[in-house]
Amino acid sequence: MRFLPAGDRALVIEFGDTVDRGLSGAVLRLAALIDVAAIPGVVEMVPTFRSLLVHYDPLSTTAAELERRIAGLAGRAPPVGRAGRSWRIPFCAEGGYAPDLAEVARRSGLACDAVVARLSAVAYHVYMLGFLPGFPYLGDLPAELALPRRADPRLRVPPGSIAIATTLCAIYPYQSPGGWHLVGTTPVRLFDIARQPPALFAAGDAVRLEPIDAAAFAALRAAVEGGEWVAESEPLRG
Amino acid sequence: MTAALEVAALEVAALEVVALEVVAPGLATSIQDLGRPGFQAIGVPVSGALDGAALRLANALVGNPPAAAALEILYSGPCLRVIADSVRMALAGSGARLVVGDDATAAVPAWRSLRLAQGDLVAVIVGRDAACCYLAIEGGIAVPQVLGSASTYARAGLGGFRGRPLRAGDRLPLACATAPERGELHLPDPPPAAAQAPIRVVLGPQRERFTAAAIATLLAAEYRISASADRMGMRLDGPRLAHAGVWDIVSDGIATGAIQVPGSGQPIVLLADHQTTGGYPKIATVVSADLPVVGRRRPGDAIRFAAVSVEAAEALAREAERGLAARLATLEPVPDGPGLDLAALYGVNLISGVVSAGE
Repeated sequence: MRFLPAGDRALVIEFGDTVDRGLSGAVLRLAALIDVAAIPGVVEMVPTFRSLLVHYDPLSTTAAELERRIAGLAGRAPPVGRAGRSWRIPFCAEGGYAPDLAEVARRSGLACDAVVARLSAVAYHVYMLGFLPGFPYLGDLPAELALPRRADPRLRVPPGSIAIATTLCAIYPYQSPGGWHLVGTTPVRLFDIARQPPALFAAGDAVRLEPIDAAAFAALRAAVEGGEWVAESEPLRG
Repeated sequence: MTAALEVAALEVAALEVVALEVVAPGLATSIQDLGRPGFQAIGVPVSGALDGAALRLANALVGNPPAAAALEILYSGPCLRVIADSVRMALAGSGARLVVGDDATAAVPAWRSLRLAQGDLVAVIVGRDAACCYLAIEGGIAVPQVLGSASTYARAGLGGFRGRPLRAGDRLPLACATAPERGELHLPDPPPAAAQAPIRVVLGPQRERFTAAAIATLLAAEYRISASADRMGMRLDGPRLAHAGVWDIVSDGIATGAIQVPGSGQPIVLLADHQTTGGYPKIATVVSADLPVVGRRRPGDAIRFAAVSVEAAEALAREAERGLAARLATLEPVPDGPGLDLAALYGVNLISGVVSAGE
């Protein structure tokens, strides 16, 4: 763990420089400890794959003071009762809902059904949110699905798209440009200012993808739009 | 329709009348306040005014709280029509001014309040030496708070007026239907015009990802703000900055003012609407005291950087806050009494040459 300067309003606490569950766990534990310690002058924190960015107010504290306080917290047992949630996210991988599925299948030497089965076989860890409001970085993908990004990024990735690249999986809350492979679409709304909190996921949550057909997708989308359904989850154990 | 519903409908109609109508929107006019901190962990940028000091001065001139939402006006100003009975407004921005009616020679300079009546047409002229200015309205603009802020974040359609910059025909709802007649306020000693001094930065967080020559170049060379500059960031043209090794890193958090360097080697200064995380190395971070200065720079302007320590940057932040507080304490009544002394304004404008047909 080391401290890196990010101007006079933010301080980086870096644990490493790779995508790694161990590093992510250390980042999230430290974030929980800082949160519970309620250190004066801390405005907010942004956990990432391998570092924690602490935004602070230079009118009420200093980086040196924060380093001292945070170094004193490192290595302590994580606060109890702060487990995240485990989500079940339905997705449709039929036809136009998964424009890159055939190419992913071809490049990974699998049948389309086998790609969908592998996507649905693992519990993903929410490493972090970023890029867009509510946008989750999930990992790790089954090794046989790891592909580099597309050579020709799309200008418009539709909202709800489930996308994969390298060892990661993501879900687009909004239409946006994007260079990842689109392997499905979920009717779930990932970000909604009417909810508290507005983002469905938080860093540290677990996500399972569950395949559904186009008819079930249409029914769930109608339920989401009618405000009758959000998504299913339970407290994360362990 | 029941009587209660009729009353409710009338009230809605009445609320809609309390407004400023956008006759022409300008190039990039949006509602901003001091931003939306607290949601970066779920990917929501802070947004807010590029020049927070100017926003606070504009609000003070009309008696608003410092964080009230106002119009942020970039590069080219809007033209507005008063639909409310009357409004009090104030413009903050170096060299900016208001033209009331169709007489461009009767421009009202920035840094003072004025009261306009229903039907008045007012055009905002952005100055030559600042890219942005702020128009505050007494009582504030009555748009809903989204996650604690009225700031517009257009990329996700959050906040502001329908989540986007202004368009012709928009009617901005106002909190006050009338502005009481009273003496107007002005700022006798406005902030200095565009400073040419180097922008101060703290090196890092990824200074190790750059060659020693790249660090030296960043601190010695002159860069120019390119045409691709917006509320997310400004791309700089100038000498390439070489990475020591690979140019993509595993994403980490981004502070406002971070100078990220993608594979092209051309730096980008990240501003209010920047993404919360990103995967390009950041060679340095602009100190918060200089963020308003960067926000005021225009495409084509030269920019230089000088390194300071974190401790020095924190001291600069405290000094900037003291300086702004001192300036806010100097607000005083406009010397010529209530109302607008057009004769005096004509004189000022002609003498100082502020009005120019060429802009």
